[in-house]
Amino acid sequence: MIASVILAGFQTTVQDCGRVGLRKFGVTPGGALDSVSLRLANLLVGNPDCMAGVECSSGRVRLKVDVDRLVAWAGGEFEIRIGDELIPILHCARVSAGAAIEISPKRGGRAWLAISGGVDVPEILGSRATDLRAHFGGWAGRALRDGDELPLAGESKLCSRMRKELSGIISDWSAPRFVPRGRFLRVIRGKNWDDDIGEKLLAQKFRVAMNSDRMGLRLEGGEILPGNPRELVSEAVAPGTIQLPPSGAPVVLLGDCQTIGGYPKIAHVITVDLGLAAQLQPLDEVRFELIELEEARALLRDRERDVALFRAGLEARFG
Amino acid sequence: MKISPLGDSALTLDFADESSDRARLLARTLSAAERLEGANLPGVMDVTCAYESVAVFFDPARIEQDFEDKIGALVSSAGFRAPRKARKIEIPVCYDDEFALDLARVASQTFLTGDAIITLHSSIEYTVACIGFVPGFPFLAGLSDKLRVPRLESPRTKVPAGSVAIANAQAGIYPFESPGGWNVIGRTPLRLFRATENPPTLLRPGDRVRFRRITRAQFDAEQE
Repeated sequence: MIASVILAGFQTTVQDCGRVGLRKFGVTPGGALDSVSLRLANLLVGNPDCMAGVECSSGRVRLKVDVDRLVAWAGGEFEIRIGDELIPILHCARVSAGAAIEISPKRGGRAWLAISGGVDVPEILGSRATDLRAHFGGWAGRALRDGDELPLAGESKLCSRMRKELSGIISDWSAPRFVPRGRFLRVIRGKNWDDDIGEKLLAQKFRVAMNSDRMGLRLEGGEILPGNPRELVSEAVAPGTIQLPPSGAPVVLLGDCQTIGGYPKIAHVITVDLGLAAQLQPLDEVRFELIELEEARALLRDRERDVALFRAGLEARFG
Repeated sequence: MKISPLGDSALTLDFADESSDRARLLARTLSAAERLEGANLPGVMDVTCAYESVAVFFDPARIEQDFEDKIGALVSSAGFRAPRKARKIEIPVCYDDEFALDLARVASQTFLTGDAIITLHSSIEYTVACIGFVPGFPFLAGLSDKLRVPRLESPRTKVPAGSVAIANAQAGIYPFESPGGWNVIGRTPLRLFRATENPPTLLRPGDRVRFRRITRAQFDAEQE
């Protein structure tokens, strides 16, 4: 039971929901940069939501399975085909043994592909996610290369019941989009927020710099002069934290960010908008909108309730 | 103590206003972190500490109404005492030229001989203030003021695994090959990070660390 990587694309990695509880050892949570997209894709094929799948970013990816499987994907603007059949986003599709899954970025961003059973690489420190900086987890601690052979785990009962209900190639069930779409990332105030810096952050349009990666989005085109350019005593940072280094160009931390940092934390992108941040590519424009902490938490609770309702709906139909 | 939100799913507890003594602040954060970890509050997913602060990561959908009050109460009762007897760990270091990439630079900036630098570096007991930058990288407090040198102006793209380095008031060790801007003055044969073990790091916050000078032959013999 293997998914062969015929074409690996660039920075294609095995990811799940990441590592929990290891920050004190400097181990970053990592995992799918938009964990909701991965979770929905997993639910659509009958997997537990945090099974390991494949995160694609740029370049064409072709995978070939040697067993009959179900697949689903979510994320940015991609074209994903099995043979001639175009697989719509957030649907479940049947792929037969020997068939290839073709993933082509259109406008691109990032996409997450779930395969029924999940990618069965060894669990390291409680997760199958690839930690690219520390070179462990996922497939050999690195991005996929042509010729890699990803082991697949056995399918759940839910998977086989879904397969029975799937008359054609593409399912009549689908998931709603939970990732908000927009050009604004919503933020809440950070510890080192001040009204002067905040006003500049909210008033300007920024551009994502070329050297952005899974650790963070480096922003340019709207310098903010730090009121106090000295480094602070290092303390914890998190995905979503907007740091302001002395250069005045803010950095939005993403899932693979360091666990601690010494730059001022001026604001934080709210958790429900991290999936949107994960879709930003170099040269994309980005703006920020300020909301209150309580609203951010309410949005996150609402989203988790929606995901739970969707899961319950699937279980009611196939369970 | 000051509590501030670290995004919508975490809080930072900052103890800087409780003392001006760094060692005391570190003991304070370690005892607070240990108390919070032991409390197993509903919804808490991770507790971590660094220098003067503790961060608590949680799931906002699962925490209770009086979450912040409970944290406040737990932390006040944790006091200042170091929570456990500190572990003492010795790190063998070979300071030979081959490994000490920046020793000459440090010598010219500090007006000390290479031997004097090595003696100063290996005669002090350090405390692990936190682990970060990359998994297993210890930030060691206690470096002699005489060894204060700034970071490299342009960081190296590849610092070899095991490199023992200094920058400003701190000492550190690179657990694996990574980019870095600290002054490398030696190399340890020990492995500081093993992803296949849990806990994965040789060192933990609060540990006391000493460096022991070894020869190149000992380095080869002790290489892990």
